[in-house]
Amino acid sequence: MSIPAELKYTKSHEWARLEADGSVSIGITDHAQELLGDMVFVENPVLGRQLTAGEECAVVESVKAASDVYAPIAGEVVATNEELEASPDLLNKDPYGAWMFKVEPADAGDLDGLMDAAAYQAHVDSEAH
Amino acid sequence: MLRQTPLNAKHREANAKLVDFSGWEMPIHYGSQIEEHHVVRSDAGMFDVSHMLPVDIKGEGARAFLRKLLANNVDKLQTTGKALYSCMLHEGGGVVDDLIVYFMTETWFRMVVNAGCAEKDIAWMETQRNQLAPDLQIIPCRDLAMIAIQGPKAAEKFWQALPGSEGPTHLMKPFTAIVIGTMFVARTGYTGEDGFEIMLPARAAPYMWQAMLEAGVKPIGLGARDTLRLEAGMNLFGQDMDETKTPLESGLAWTVDLKSERDFIGKDALLRLPRDKQLVGLVLVDRGVLRGHQKVFTALGEGEVTSGSFSPTLNVGIALARVPVGVNVGDTVEVAIRDKKLKARVVKYPFVRNGKALV
Repeated sequence: MSIPAELKYTKSHEWARLEADGSVSIGITDHAQELLGDMVFVENPVLGRQLTAGEECAVVESVKAASDVYAPIAGEVVATNEELEASPDLLNKDPYGAWMFKVEPADAGDLDGLMDAAAYQAHVDSEAH
Repeated sequence: MLRQTPLNAKHREANAKLVDFSGWEMPIHYGSQIEEHHVVRSDAGMFDVSHMLPVDIKGEGARAFLRKLLANNVDKLQTTGKALYSCMLHEGGGVVDDLIVYFMTETWFRMVVNAGCAEKDIAWMETQRNQLAPDLQIIPCRDLAMIAIQGPKAAEKFWQALPGSEGPTHLMKPFTAIVIGTMFVARTGYTGEDGFEIMLPARAAPYMWQAMLEAGVKPIGLGARDTLRLEAGMNLFGQDMDETKTPLESGLAWTVDLKSERDFIGKDALLRLPRDKQLVGLVLVDRGVLRGHQKVFTALGEGEVTSGSFSPTLNVGIALARVPVGVNVGDTVEVAIRDKKLKARVVKYPFVRNGKALV
């Protein structure tokens, strides 16, 4: 299981990455895709939607089950990854390359409130027991 | 403590993801459920179905007993090895279990029942036996393992794996079985593809599994087994029917014989109960995935998805759904998925047979 050091993480298994333009890309972790299995459908939030932190804002469905995706931080949805519509399996093949949506953070400082890679690793380990 | 089949070590060797399935530790997939699905549609895959239970009915009067016990008519079985799919009903017409029954001799019929129903089925059969045919033996064959090999290349690879097996099996018709030594080989399955289901002594199962691996047969988990059977339009007990539903409202009228004089358990109820629901196929028109228990809205009232998933062969959401009688093939209905109502088309199922899309 891969947990890149440069990303931020949530307990609900999303990752967040601060981009050069100030937006934050959001996706699901390698651990999440492994738990869910082969992805067959992604429903992203609409552009312009204002998200509050922790809000259900997207859905990923594997052959096995549907799973909610939660907004790691507050902000406006400024982009969605349309490639996932035709190829939801990118979430399995490249979980950290296949971002789902990007938000313009209400407060870039909110990212500091998320877990770093070591904390997320510990969280995954604790859920395994 | 979960029960393990004789193939548990083979699943671990192959890095299977193991889950609790009706109290058994079973492989859900060995990496990718969708790839496994495609392997069975295009090549050959094998399933460990040793959690299912063969039950032998032995003794004088076996046929007469099954005539009463089963909703389908065992008198359709007149040649040795012939198999029949049937429901076993309770007096109220609900389904105790669905099963395959094989006719071997007038004093030996073999049934194969669902893992999750096995204990209940045996208790039920014993109760009926005690009343109807006290001398008959009901023998659960717990020392048998069961491997299903399925796919367009299943037969060829089975013959390669087991030298000498081609001669006795190559002329076997679908829904027949033969005995070869300690093996019981049936040309049956749960995928809509050609293949065999092989019952064999537990201690022989890992060797058979290994021989088939070496012949290029891929292990397939129960996840793909479910999408394969759904595409093939085959019911799953506990989802598409159960003790609260009759076969007539579960798409299984074709397995119930109401025309002959024969009396069977549940027949009175089937004749008496109103028939206002039916099972239909759905193909999702909008993007999304159909799932069990989603509500279906039709012009004639509400219904419910009984089994739903994403079809790897068709690349769309498909489902079996119980809807009011009068809803027709070609109709458009709506399915509640989270906060949306998505459009679905009513279709005649199966969705896929022998690798080909039918809808």
